[in-house]
Amino acid sequence: MAKAKSIQPQAGALERAWNWLTETQIWTSVFRHDAPLNDRNRVLVMLSNVFLHLHPVRLKKHGVRLRYTWCMGGLSFFLFLVLTFTGVLLMFYYRPTLEYAYSDIVGLREHVPLGIMREMHRWGAHAMVITVWLHMFRVFMTGSYKPPREFNWNVGVIMLVLTLLLSFTGYLLPWDQLAIWAITVGSNMARATPFLGYEGPGASLLAIGDVQLIHAADDARFALLGGTFVGEGALLRFYVLHCVALPLVIGFLMAVHFWRVRKDGGISGPL
Amino acid sequence: MNPLLAVLISGVAMFAAHILVILLFREKPAAPEEEATEAQAPAKAAGPAALVGAASKLADRVVPRTPDDASPLMGRRGWMGLAWGSFTAATAGCLAATGRFMFPNVLNEPPQQFTIGFPDEYGEGVDERWKDRFGVWVVRTPFDDYHETSGFYALLVTCTHLGCTPNWLSAESKFKCPCHGSGFRPTGINFEGPAPRPLERARIVLAEDGQIMIDKARKFQEELGQWTDPEAFLAV
Repeated sequence: MAKAKSIQPQAGALERAWNWLTETQIWTSVFRHDAPLNDRNRVLVMLSNVFLHLHPVRLKKHGVRLRYTWCMGGLSFFLFLVLTFTGVLLMFYYRPTLEYAYSDIVGLREHVPLGIMREMHRWGAHAMVITVWLHMFRVFMTGSYKPPREFNWNVGVIMLVLTLLLSFTGYLLPWDQLAIWAITVGSNMARATPFLGYEGPGASLLAIGDVQLIHAADDARFALLGGTFVGEGALLRFYVLHCVALPLVIGFLMAVHFWRVRKDGGISGPL
Repeated sequence: MNPLLAVLISGVAMFAAHILVILLFREKPAAPEEEATEAQAPAKAAGPAALVGAASKLADRVVPRTPDDASPLMGRRGWMGLAWGSFTAATAGCLAATGRFMFPNVLNEPPQQFTIGFPDEYGEGVDERWKDRFGVWVVRTPFDDYHETSGFYALLVTCTHLGCTPNWLSAESKFKCPCHGSGFRPTGINFEGPAPRPLERARIVLAEDGQIMIDKARKFQEELGQWTDPEAFLAV
């Protein structure tokens, strides 16, 4: 698609080098169109780049009105990227075991250069919970949950829950008193799950004769903690959920969410 | 200087420059007459709002409003250059900070230099008590070929083939590497398998309190003739 270039014999060395470079197979395989100086090439840029193709080729003017969208969805995504980046860096130093977890967190502050990396992850996590809630509030107030966007609203609700779960699972990892007791209190709620929690309504009905099928060592809370209290199993389980499982799920749903935004009439604004 | 501080400062400076340029170059309708007269007597009202107003009015007077590069202070192109330059600098700073993050200031590794007790605590032969903790075999010998006397030497437990840890087989009186079968005599000399050179010895001296002190940071290689070094052997 690149325009054929003709090398002028009187061109300078620099220009000839540039012409040679831009006609190599490597260059033309990476940059498949000319500079985006006209509408056609601008469209080609968006269509031929895996990152940019997430954006629409054209955008309605109201779509970039900050007062309408607050940019809260974009900020949430940005914070997710920040958290992924800082989180990967933290994983180089953090070991999810009873012996090391707390001292590694302290070491991240005291022994590792730029001890603020962990604080960026923490503050970013708080900020993401806030921006996700505000994004939901904005979508509600502008009525953007209405058909045909009701599917995407539900995807968003699931992602809100996943955001809160990411926040909850990450909360245990410092393995200090605050973390352990917060997760103890939080996970105790799972005891009251109907039928599946051993203190929940209906659980006592699930019995064969005198044998209770749902008890403290096989109910919903046990599945969450990998044990009957917040211990080694819970730490490892929350670590894997926090670093691998939940980010994979929310990343998948984000792709669906963004794609659905485009298919349902573009970002914000009246249809 | 802390690279993080540099990143923060460049970020703040970029933000401030952004705000300043927006204030100075924003397009607005021609000011009514009374505002212009107010601009002649600035700093009447206090507060940041007044400051911002004064700044933009100042800009009105000194900067001709032109949409292109004709501005004497900074055209659109110049501002874009500044913005991209600051952005590039901030990004480079962040990358540098990330790179620095990978090099911690404290290592949880065993020390290179340590004392292992008094000479009379060791019998003759290969002693394995410090193998796991410090990575050395302490050997007491009645006669050392390189120093022609009795005493101690410290062998590093790293195989000279590909770096595994050999086992001491006391029944066969040799070090045998489980990875590729290299064998070493109690002296450290290689005699079988693929190892190309003898095990390395570490610096061994008496500390001031009479204990044996080993320093793994200083190594002696037989094939380089270093085992005759006085600190490669502790004569007792």
